[in-house]
Amino acid sequence: MTSTTTVSVGLPVEHRDRLMRLAREVSFGAGTRLFEEGRRADRFWVIRTGTVLLDLHVPGRGAAVIESLGHGELLGWSWHYPPYVWQLGAGALSPVRAWEFDAETVRALCARDPAFGRSIATWVGRVVTHRLQASRIRLLDLYAPYGSGSRA
Amino acid sequence: MSDVPVPHLVTGMRRETADTVSLTLTPAGQEALEPFAPGQFAMVYAFGVGEIPVSVSRVGRRELVHTIRSVGAVSAALCALRPGSQVGLRGPFGTGWELERAAGQDIVAVTGGIGLAPLRPLVLAARAAHRAYGRLNLLVGSRTFEDLLYADQVRAWAESHGPLLCRATVDRPSPGWWGHVGLVTTLLNSARFVPENTTAYVCGPEVMIRATARDLLHRGVRADRIRVSLERNMRCATGHCGHCQLGGVLMCRDGPVIGWDRAASLLMVREL
Amino acid sequence: MTNNPATGVLDRDGLSALIEVLAAQGRTVIGPTVRDGAIVLAEIGSADDLPFGWGSEVEAGRYRLVPRADGAVFAHTAGPQSWKTFLHPQREKLWSAERTPDGALSVTEDDPEQTSYAFLGVRPCDLRAITIQDRVLAGGRYPDRGYRERRTGAFLIAAECTEPGATCFCVSMGGGPAVDGSGFDLALTEVLDQGGHRFLVRVGSEAGRDALDGVPHAPADAETEYAARAAVDAARDRMGRAMPPVDLRTLMGESLEADRWDDVAARCLTCGNCTMVCPTCFCTTTEEVTDLTGDHAERWLRWDSCFDVAFSHLHGGPVRASARSRYRQWLTHKLSTWYEQFGSSGCVGCGRCVTWCPVGIDITEEAAALHDERAGRLRHEKQKETQR
Repeated sequence: MTSTTTVSVGLPVEHRDRLMRLAREVSFGAGTRLFEEGRRADRFWVIRTGTVLLDLHVPGRGAAVIESLGHGELLGWSWHYPPYVWQLGAGALSPVRAWEFDAETVRALCARDPAFGRSIATWVGRVVTHRLQASRIRLLDLYAPYGSGSRA
Repeated sequence: MSDVPVPHLVTGMRRETADTVSLTLTPAGQEALEPFAPGQFAMVYAFGVGEIPVSVSRVGRRELVHTIRSVGAVSAALCALRPGSQVGLRGPFGTGWELERAAGQDIVAVTGGIGLAPLRPLVLAARAAHRAYGRLNLLVGSRTFEDLLYADQVRAWAESHGPLLCRATVDRPSPGWWGHVGLVTTLLNSARFVPENTTAYVCGPEVMIRATARDLLHRGVRADRIRVSLERNMRCATGHCGHCQLGGVLMCRDGPVIGWDRAASLLMVREL
Repeated sequence: MTNNPATGVLDRDGLSALIEVLAAQGRTVIGPTVRDGAIVLAEIGSADDLPFGWGSEVEAGRYRLVPRADGAVFAHTAGPQSWKTFLHPQREKLWSAERTPDGALSVTEDDPEQTSYAFLGVRPCDLRAITIQDRVLAGGRYPDRGYRERRTGAFLIAAECTEPGATCFCVSMGGGPAVDGSGFDLALTEVLDQGGHRFLVRVGSEAGRDALDGVPHAPADAETEYAARAAVDAARDRMGRAMPPVDLRTLMGESLEADRWDDVAARCLTCGNCTMVCPTCFCTTTEEVTDLTGDHAERWLRWDSCFDVAFSHLHGGPVRASARSRYRQWLTHKLSTWYEQFGSSGCVGCGRCVTWCPVGIDITEEAAALHDERAGRLRHEKQKETQR
């Protein structure tokens, strides 16, 4: 499937292959917590099937869902930027199959091979800008009355 | 041609959300309008209040369904109608989605908010004749679960394994929400289509249309095969009142559905 | 047009007779009259109602009637009205609707005004304007029934121009002071010389021939024809203004982000005068009117202006909130996007918008400034290109 942010398109073939050699196949049952806000971001995933919810804990409201991620998408980018701490929490909504990557290994490879490092940085950066832009648009509350696409 | 509104009886009223209803309208007398194509609109007349353009959200044999959100005087009056009341209708007006031009291609319909209403007849038509097309995708964006139009139908589509791949997403999830969370464009990742052989149909607020069309274009869908439904002030629907101009486009005549190849540059200019 | 058999010469009495013949056919004859210090189009009963001995002095934002010693009747320039006042009136009832006690609705189309008009003294620019409005209002998929009926029944007597005003620029819009082609029933050219005050008449239709046959007239003589042609030819070279000699359609299309719009917006009052006096501006809005019982409603059409902030209203607010965007809408529509919509320019160069603008904004000056700005921009881009 084509996408500007999925790993299949977001990375040049050569670098994608190198990254995929570091992948570990994992699966999670529905309801599994993958990471928590404020904890060390020591790994990341590319989702193959299933849905993962990103959330923030709000006292009295529990986990407020920010966004859902599905097939082909990068789960987690905090591992790429210091201080390597998760900004959100994540949990599996449905059974999830994913490729898991160890953050330190990938960062080390990035440091050793600047061309690979640039590709990874560009890919992660594109995912982040994409999600930022989507969040900005959602801030507009476009579908509310008067901001909506209704006629009159 | 209808110079004056043709009386129609409200034969059905369904509350879709807190501020949106669907009216089923059947000709009150002998006179009926010409058949509507998906994407076309009618001028709906509320007696003593005025007229507004509303796209058809379902086309039956004799009856038409219009889904109307109460945001102004006329739409509020229409939303307050009950079965047995009458409204006037003129139409059909404007360009339709022109589904027939997508024969043999994958179809991606992307909707935001009430933009699902004008696309529903297209989805129904494509689904009914799905062998004429490639893969069918419907991506639905809504503010909340409570604001989702045709929620039961959308859920049934989303859970079925039929010819239509349907995904829905909301900006803010509430308890019981069964779909995705996020902007509708993110659903494109899970849609099944070959961009080079795809026709896309986009309907929703202009910002959502711009973001979606840009994403589709980037993925490789041809600009002229991204069909968007735009909105401008419409008074007459017959090309005479001048209100609905967007550059050289008279929206009631040349639109509301136009290709992104034409729309892109027009939407780039502020206050055009 | 020499040796054209369908010509004749009328004197003032002949003109009066023509008005009577047309009135006898049941037509309402409309022509230029002097009222409130301006040339006003109104019903006329005889040639005496016409503005004999009146000319006009116009400039950007200025209009004044001046007496003329020669007694000419068609030596004035366009007044504040145009023929759209009659063909596309300011207010028109579209339909009436009734609601019965059981909730049933009945809608009755209003029968368009059955007036059969004769227009006397239609200038070539206004003749072109009528052709343009024909395409807009009667040419599309949904012809405006009222307009079409009034238009089909109208008898047009054109008057060629021999005294263009300082705000006239029809020649640079592809027109000119002569009536050519078709689209008229009779065409007059005023001649004032030693031979007397007279009007060369050309026939443009069967109805025109019948009307001319019904009034005393002399056959066209070579002197009158020559004098008429000479006067119109001379007028061609005496236009007070001109559009820049460039493709205005492209110029506007490439100037949507120009700085000049800010400049003109600082002067423009967005009063909409230009749209009211423009002979091609056609925009309208609708009003719903109900009576006290609430069982009877009427739908009315009235002129609207793209300078009105509510014009582009879209639930929540206007699309064109700034004066800059509204002036740009008017000018680019008139000179450019009109082609896409209706196959021609929307400007005939009559100069009314220049004359009747309260702050004297001049469409030709604005077009020239946009042209200069674009030329400067292109030069700049070229320089950057060569420097690279």
